[in-house]
Amino acid sequence: MTISPEEILETIQMIEQESLDVRTVTMGISLLDCSHSDVKVVGEQVIAKIERLAGKLRETAKGIEMDYGIPIVNTRLAITPISQVVAGGHKDDFVYIAKCLDEAAKRVGVNFIGGFSSLVQKGFTTQDIALIDAIPEALSSTERVCSSVNVASTRAGINMDAVKKMGQVIKEAARLTADRGGLACAKLVVFANAVDDNPFMAGAFHGVGEPECVVNVGVSGPGVVRAAVKAAKGKDLGEVAEIIKKVGFKITRMGELVGREISRRLNVEFGILDVSLAPTPAEGDSVAEILEAMGLERVGAPGTTAALALLNDAMKKGGAFASSYVGGLSGAFIPLSEDQGMIRAAREGVLSIEKLEAMTAVCSVGLDMIAIPGDTSAETISAIIADEAAIGVINNKTTAVRIIPVPGKKVGDMVYFGGLLGEAPIIPVSRLSSKEFIDRGGRIPAPIQGMKN
Amino acid sequence: MSESRVMVTVIGPDRVGIVADVATLLAKQSVNILDINQKVMDGDIFAMTMLTDISKAVIDFGELKKLLEEKGKELGLKIHAQHEEIFKYMHRI
Repeated sequence: MTISPEEILETIQMIEQESLDVRTVTMGISLLDCSHSDVKVVGEQVIAKIERLAGKLRETAKGIEMDYGIPIVNTRLAITPISQVVAGGHKDDFVYIAKCLDEAAKRVGVNFIGGFSSLVQKGFTTQDIALIDAIPEALSSTERVCSSVNVASTRAGINMDAVKKMGQVIKEAARLTADRGGLACAKLVVFANAVDDNPFMAGAFHGVGEPECVVNVGVSGPGVVRAAVKAAKGKDLGEVAEIIKKVGFKITRMGELVGREISRRLNVEFGILDVSLAPTPAEGDSVAEILEAMGLERVGAPGTTAALALLNDAMKKGGAFASSYVGGLSGAFIPLSEDQGMIRAAREGVLSIEKLEAMTAVCSVGLDMIAIPGDTSAETISAIIADEAAIGVINNKTTAVRIIPVPGKKVGDMVYFGGLLGEAPIIPVSRLSSKEFIDRGGRIPAPIQGMKN
Repeated sequence: MSESRVMVTVIGPDRVGIVADVATLLAKQSVNILDINQKVMDGDIFAMTMLTDISKAVIDFGELKKLLEEKGKELGLKIHAQHEEIFKYMHRI
């Protein structure tokens, strides 16, 4: 079974020139056994458990990176939704725990820890309310903690009281980090149909059906797909889908090797491989540019939704064949601030939030890293969340909203978050009022699609 | 999994003596060469893949990687060393 030099050079080129990488190795840790009536004890137990299980995560990932010559960009942690661990019903308890999580993340050297989370699609517990109230302070006073709230599911419908609350939480989180462009909002995701094993941030958490400890791997490679699509100029879209599928297969196989190896070296169960095209601010590492390589003048042009649907589906098919444990979100991400092609289109005014919303109906997540004017009302943000949740609930898919109402900024201004979070132009949102609709609250019933038994 | 099989890849502008230079470096560290493929692409780009066995090497993998990288810089080439599995996983079922 010799490997030809052409194949070897193809792999090297993917890594060297097309930014192929393992985007994240995320260790999921159950914290259910850390529960206690005294929040100080919870904090101590949480830090101790994370240090015990994840102490060698970063070093092990670095070792694999060296052995295989494949960059592993991030190591991260996902924990049990913390509203299920902290017994007290006070907001301050949750802010305290957020600080403990931040400390634990620093000690083990991971750049993000996800799971400052609540699942409230059907309603709130006392802890859920305290956690949600704590989010703005928790995210503005910590560096590495990420939060997510699941407000809807196909089985439960849409909790519109939670949707209303999250609009207010996002506004407050932006206000508390006004000096950093509303950065706290970049660490907060509002989900519909959230998944238990997503390794990507900011929406990772360790679901309740998950084992004690698990490693999930997120592979990426928009640059590789872009290069392959570019090379296929003039071919019909069926052939383009076939080419993307093959690239998806190769990317996934590489992730599978890394996942199995890290699981073996750490003696921790291998969970899933998330095959997601996650763009970065690096040149050419762009999902928008894949769509443009298919023949669109700019992302946002008519045809964008169809091109994205083709891409998302072909990636899933290639991935499903390459690994038996594909999971998480798997598909294509469209975070505006992290994708050079998206940024360019938004700056030129040809990519609107409405077009992005349509795109989320066919890709793996939702409205992601979108900066909007700071004076957008909480009700309008809630209404955007409701629309996104409706797309997810009706179509049996995950959708999400990670939106930043940047304090003091107006349409056309830029906001800089730095690092992987990138930069974004402020794009316009409708000035029409949705207040009366949002103020109604209640729960939108589960759709007929949810009755599958 | 055989952790001693390492693929050494050399890419860059062609000139006389590349194979000899890299092979000498490997020999000095007691790295055995199992297979070599070499060609000059597009007229002047030199590309070589060498499957090696490092089980009897006198230095560890990390040090070998460093030596090869330094040699690459000296020769104006890119030299990579990676465990063979990555290529097997990606290109074979």
